[in-house]
Amino acid sequence: MTSFEDNNTDIRDGEGYFYFIRTQTISGYQDSPRVGPIISRAQWFNTLRINVLVVTMLVSVLVVYYIRRARAGEKLFIRKIAGLDAIDDAVGRSTEMGRPILYSFGLSYLNEVWTLASLSILYRVAQKCAEYSTRLLVPHYDPLVMSAAQETVKQAYIETGRPDLYDERDSPFLTADQFGYAAGVDGMMMREKPGAVFWQGYFYAESLILAETGHSVGAIQIAGTTSVEQIPFFVAACDYTLIGEEMYAASCYLRPEPQMLGSLKGEDLTKAIILMFLTFGTALGTLGVLLKNFLNVDWPNVIFANLVQWFNTF
Amino acid sequence: MKLLDRLANIDRRLIFLTIGFVVAIPIILKLKMPIRISSEVRSAYETIENLPGGSVVLASMDYDATSAPELTPMFRSFLRQCFRKKLKIVYTGHLAIGLPLAQFDLDAITQECNAVYGEDYINLGYRPGYTAVMIGIGREIRDFFAVDYKGVSVDSFPIMKGVHNYNDIALIVDFAHGSAAEYWIQYVVSRFGVKMFACVTGVMAPTLYPYLQAGQITGIIGGLQGAAEYEMLVGQPETAAFGMPAQSIAHIAIIAFIIFGNIGYFVMKRKK
Amino acid sequence: MRREIPIIITFLTGFLCVVAFFIPHPPFGGLQQRFLIWYAIIAGFTMVLGLDSLVKYNIKKIVQRKQGWQYSYVLLFGLVLVLVTGFQSWFKYNTPFELRSSFMYSYIHIIVPLQATMFALLAFFISSAAYRAFRARTFEATLLLIAAAIVMLGRVPIGKMIWDKIPVLSDWLLNIPQLAAKRGIQIGVYLGGVVMSLRIILGIERTYLT
Repeated sequence: MTSFEDNNTDIRDGEGYFYFIRTQTISGYQDSPRVGPIISRAQWFNTLRINVLVVTMLVSVLVVYYIRRARAGEKLFIRKIAGLDAIDDAVGRSTEMGRPILYSFGLSYLNEVWTLASLSILYRVAQKCAEYSTRLLVPHYDPLVMSAAQETVKQAYIETGRPDLYDERDSPFLTADQFGYAAGVDGMMMREKPGAVFWQGYFYAESLILAETGHSVGAIQIAGTTSVEQIPFFVAACDYTLIGEEMYAASCYLRPEPQMLGSLKGEDLTKAIILMFLTFGTALGTLGVLLKNFLNVDWPNVIFANLVQWFNTF
Repeated sequence: MKLLDRLANIDRRLIFLTIGFVVAIPIILKLKMPIRISSEVRSAYETIENLPGGSVVLASMDYDATSAPELTPMFRSFLRQCFRKKLKIVYTGHLAIGLPLAQFDLDAITQECNAVYGEDYINLGYRPGYTAVMIGIGREIRDFFAVDYKGVSVDSFPIMKGVHNYNDIALIVDFAHGSAAEYWIQYVVSRFGVKMFACVTGVMAPTLYPYLQAGQITGIIGGLQGAAEYEMLVGQPETAAFGMPAQSIAHIAIIAFIIFGNIGYFVMKRKK
Repeated sequence: MRREIPIIITFLTGFLCVVAFFIPHPPFGGLQQRFLIWYAIIAGFTMVLGLDSLVKYNIKKIVQRKQGWQYSYVLLFGLVLVLVTGFQSWFKYNTPFELRSSFMYSYIHIIVPLQATMFALLAFFISSAAYRAFRARTFEATLLLIAAAIVMLGRVPIGKMIWDKIPVLSDWLLNIPQLAAKRGIQIGVYLGGVVMSLRIILGIERTYLT
């Protein structure tokens, strides 16, 4: 052993500590001369996290760059997202049938980014409901989300010029229990028979119970979740599904302001760079294995291992 | 041909009734089936087997009664294996409603294995904060858990001597029915480099395969099948192994309904 | 200022958290732990908020005799029962989680069966959803159907009894194509989350302000 790292949590920065090595011998033990004082100090920059800084800077620079380009007047293209385009149709269909709309955040909390994305979709749905004078039901799992959602719906109704249609009783807090919430929403759907249902948030095992009940009352269902394991259930049971980041793109899609579109474009380019890097890494790793096995050439493997190690260091 | 037409539109209630019967009958008849051990469960088992005696294992209880049929057998087998290996268990959780459930099994198994509270295991209880608590333990566990679940200072227990943060924890085992396992991996394993494996419900298991393949976790025990495999490895088959015949036949029933539905669909399509 | 102050607070907090991640030197080094402890304390108080909201809403429902007001009595009774048994158990045994306590009795005999029952419904719903959704309408739907059948059989002992290659195929499906698709979606989701967080910190995304 040529080095020693003292991980004792009682060590204080700025205080001197002395170390010696005690060697056990047959006759007893022998101590080395004391070394010190060794004084620990916190670094001004954690060099193990350079990799995170590089990726963070890359994402930030690209987002800011495209926001500036969008503000300068450049037209940025976004592909069609069927689930978001279907919002107007779904609300229209419900209005024709004389049935209300149901909107659910799932088991989301206000400190989660997908909840904020869902609020922007709720805003759009509420605007359309106010335009068409259709009732909007929003049952809640979390009281903080309920407060934010009530404010969002109220704001949408006021801006559309129909503040009289807003009813706080249509946005109740049900329960903070997973299946209690599912039971409550199911009961609401069976009684109110909505024409359209929006599942926009984070869902767990109750997703299929909710979606199946929505199907049984004949509602058109538009789901959106970042919960990867629930996406297959929504895809199977709903008419439209926003998969993963399509939910995050909703606020940019529904409100195509330059800075929103610019950030989306920056994200897309970041993903393209990651894809190129993944392709390069896969090719390098595969080449390394093939060259090592057939030609006993090791350098691609070494480069690949160092690259993986650089990303793994934290 | 009327019957073939009906196959595409079987009443839901008939499906529900059939599933009810195919699950109940094997349980009533106490059928048995051989259990195949998968590599990810064996790997999880070996992770504990390879720990030296006296190592500290942090067990996180992140499930409730909804997932108890799948996760309770895993938890019971985990406790048996750890106590057999003379490992020390520090037990906490991020789901307040799930902790009492695990307490029930903890009391039963600790009596069975003659484990002593405060020496072989400790229950730190629940603290709100979720990921904040997970990250905060990385610096000092006592910042969040100064006392155990009964309000007694953790420093009064021998098991907590020298246990301050993840540097002193050999393994994390998360019993989760939601995203908790992913949060443990993202916020703790990747940042602090602690070894971990996850015990999750069947629906969550596929989500963790990327982490298993990347080497960020050492194993996955997923669903009732995973619980049954783990029970066989630990050598005490219980409810999970007992439930596998019912699950097997239920899967066959679902596949049969899918086939009927497709037959009916193609018949109707041909007619049109 | 009503809109500007929250945006400034968001920006400062977000910026400090990011800086604290990279700079271990005081005062930044201890900042992260401080924020985490504050967050845990605030998270505890949000439960009180939830409790207040729940009680107010149900009392209002009873007083105004809204639809389903009788169930509000059940809810409030349950709330009081758990509170009373919890406190009684705490005073008697120093913890409500003592197995002999009245709190654990109500938990084991009421909450556990109710939760397990609700979750058990999934078995029925998944069957009817699978029957309805897994139709070989297109080539992709047929692939999905076949993959689902293989994995369903491979994950239970009967699969090996039918053909010993089914578990091997099932493992391959889980470890290769499923993994690839899941990784792709997860990369997109987490990247979307990073950019969304950036938008929130920079004040571009303001949906949390109304």
